[in-house]
Amino acid sequence: MALSLKELSKKEETFVSGHRLCAGCGAGTTFRQILMAAEDPVVMSVATGCLYVATATYPYTAWKCNWIHSAFENSAATISGIEAAYQSLKRQGKVTKTIKFIAVGGDGGTFDIGLQALSGALERGHKFLYVCYNNEAYMNTGIQRSGATPMGASTTTTPAGSASYGKPVFRKDLTGIVAAHNIPYLAQTTPAHWRDLMTKVKKALAADGPSFLNILSPCHRGWRNEMKDSINLARIAADTCYWPLYEVENGEYKLNYIPKEKKPITEWLKPQGRFKHIFAKGGNSAETGSTHRSGPNQELINKLQANVDKEWEKLLKKCNQGDKKPDLETVGT
Amino acid sequence: MTGNNAVSEAMRQINPDVVAAYPITPQTEAVEEFAEFVANGLVKTQYVPVESEHSSMSACIGSSAAGARTMTATSSAGFALMWEMLPIAAGLRTPVIMYVANRSLSAPLNIHCGHDDTMGGRDSGWIQIYSENAQEMYDNLIQAVRIGEDMDIRLPVMVSMDGFITTHSVERVDLLDDEAVRKFVGEFKAINSLLDVDNPVTIGACALQDYYTEHKRQHSEAIINSKAKILEVAEEFAKMSGRKYGLFESYKLDDAEYALVIINSAAGVAKMVVNELRAKGVKVGLLKPRIFRPFPAEEIKNALKHLKAIAVMDRVDAFGAGGTPTFTEVRSAMYGLPKQPLMINYIYGIGGRDIRLEDINKVFQKLFDVAKAGKVDKVFDYLTVRE
Ligand SMILES: Cc1ncc(C[n+]2csc(CCOP(=O)(O)OP(=O)(O)O)c2C)c(N)n1
Ligand code: SF4
Repeated sequence: MALSLKELSKKEETFVSGHRLCAGCGAGTTFRQILMAAEDPVVMSVATGCLYVATATYPYTAWKCNWIHSAFENSAATISGIEAAYQSLKRQGKVTKTIKFIAVGGDGGTFDIGLQALSGALERGHKFLYVCYNNEAYMNTGIQRSGATPMGASTTTTPAGSASYGKPVFRKDLTGIVAAHNIPYLAQTTPAHWRDLMTKVKKALAADGPSFLNILSPCHRGWRNEMKDSINLARIAADTCYWPLYEVENGEYKLNYIPKEKKPITEWLKPQGRFKHIFAKGGNSAETGSTHRSGPNQELINKLQANVDKEWEKLLKKCNQGDKKPDLETVGT
Repeated sequence: MTGNNAVSEAMRQINPDVVAAYPITPQTEAVEEFAEFVANGLVKTQYVPVESEHSSMSACIGSSAAGARTMTATSSAGFALMWEMLPIAAGLRTPVIMYVANRSLSAPLNIHCGHDDTMGGRDSGWIQIYSENAQEMYDNLIQAVRIGEDMDIRLPVMVSMDGFITTHSVERVDLLDDEAVRKFVGEFKAINSLLDVDNPVTIGACALQDYYTEHKRQHSEAIINSKAKILEVAEEFAKMSGRKYGLFESYKLDDAEYALVIINSAAGVAKMVVNELRAKGVKVGLLKPRIFRPFPAEEIKNALKHLKAIAVMDRVDAFGAGGTPTFTEVRSAMYGLPKQPLMINYIYGIGGRDIRLEDINKVFQKLFDVAKAGKVDKVFDYLTVRE
């Protein structure tokens, strides 16, 4: 499945310009890549969130594929019905084409409110790809914390203050939760690794059953980084092992990218305004939130680093690749 | 057969492309039976055993938008859990057909009849049909398909009957031939189908200050216009079955002086009392609404305007409102008449409490008193309550 930019540039785009996503939003890049990678026609079900409101405001649409939005927490349930209709009408000979189905949610619509619908749809075995574009907070409603928000991030519902260092708990491992459903294919990736992302979309759409992609999707409004740095930040997320690129194919874990040199977590934290308070003078104690300090909150930084290390080690064990290096060809960094 | 049996038989004959449902008492039995039809290959349906009612309605919306004839069923808490999706199904103009077994809402938890569920969804943009008994339920469900899918309407339809009272008791039901039903409902016509990949559509775009009002206005017109279609379908159904339906049933109303307005199964009990009183020469009658949305206000006004006194009885409270749902609708329909009948409002039978002949009799006695006094002392009251 070699992907060449030259070939891709000839392909007609399905996600087109004219949408109202912020300049530098990771979601736009992500979905352009996803739809570029799809070979068969797709039907999409998109949950409420930034991607929805910015791309489908009546009477405009940025989507040149069949597309539906019905609510916030139910894009997996909506696609279940569409896929069931496809099975029924195909059986009756009323639909003859091969069609692929993609359900989409932000991290809020997936990790939190939509988790039940996602779990149900995965368990029932509908043939569809679920994409979580994960910008680590509820961005559309103004940067509130979600189950995907990292510990220490300042959001509008977990603001850093004199008695708080931001979100007090670690994010949940949604990819792990999805893996527990024993579906044929799932993976994590970022739009900075376009070849990796597109290869994964192809594998996911070819899977015989449900598939899932958790895609770290930069949002400079919420992360408070420079607009131009969005994609680079996604790369740093993988280089610090904060967001490992891996896949689980029929239960087999595989790392797709091992950084040549694992960067410290501070490289991920520092460019982002949502972590600014961690480095400010008088950074709060990680344990108590008390403010009797004179430098950065080293305690919290250590905690975050230790968590990344622990999760990375756990993942390495699951991948059990020994000395075998991942196939960098496909990563395309 | 039971009311639930009648529903599953109707569903088998309608033979929908997709059914997505989640169990809740007293609806469950109908879907279980239908699942057996699926398991035995008697229908072409793709059955989706979803993980919740929120998802069943979501899946139904997706399926209907994909061009498949789609049905579901629920009751009470399940209806409440789907509530968010009900206006969405209607707003997206997906003609989903839903069977509802009317049941009271928690708390306290109760599995028996009350109209809390469907009355709570009366303004969600769906067409609502109520059924007195299993026969009506069966007939209404078949007609619902034609009404909702009409090209000028394209709206979801819910058809309900009383939980346990009708869903579980055994009655004689005349079934139509499979072939007759198949012909009557016809093929589902998809419009802007999500599976028509050569003609991509965006369904459910967001519409703000600039377009939302126009969308709602079109929806509003469609549901108001559905009244004529409902009558047209009823007429065609009468030709096929010999059973006649209207927007409501008028029982001995023409020359009546006193009447009750009651929805669903209790109307059956009330008819018996009407008969008894008529035998004694008292001019009483009954109006049983069948179509609650669109509410046939003008027609109901004309049917009731000559009366001296009317009691509207609801199987649901509307805590703190000026009256229960049917009462406020009927009273507002009567407003502006030069000579208005006196009107009172009763809540009865909630949580499945029995409604007996003597209870209905009491209501009529109250109506006689009110008419004699020429005024209403107490507009709203609970019937059969332990004080
Ligand atoms: C049932 C319900 N609750 C709340 C909302 C309000 N709401 C709309 S979008 C959104 C947040 C979306 O966050 P996420 O899924 O992370 O996507 P993002 O906007 O970040 O892309 C919320 C809370 C809603 N539309 N529906
Ligand atoms: S707020 Fe964030 S996620 Fe939303 S459009 Fe802007 S950059 Fe993208």
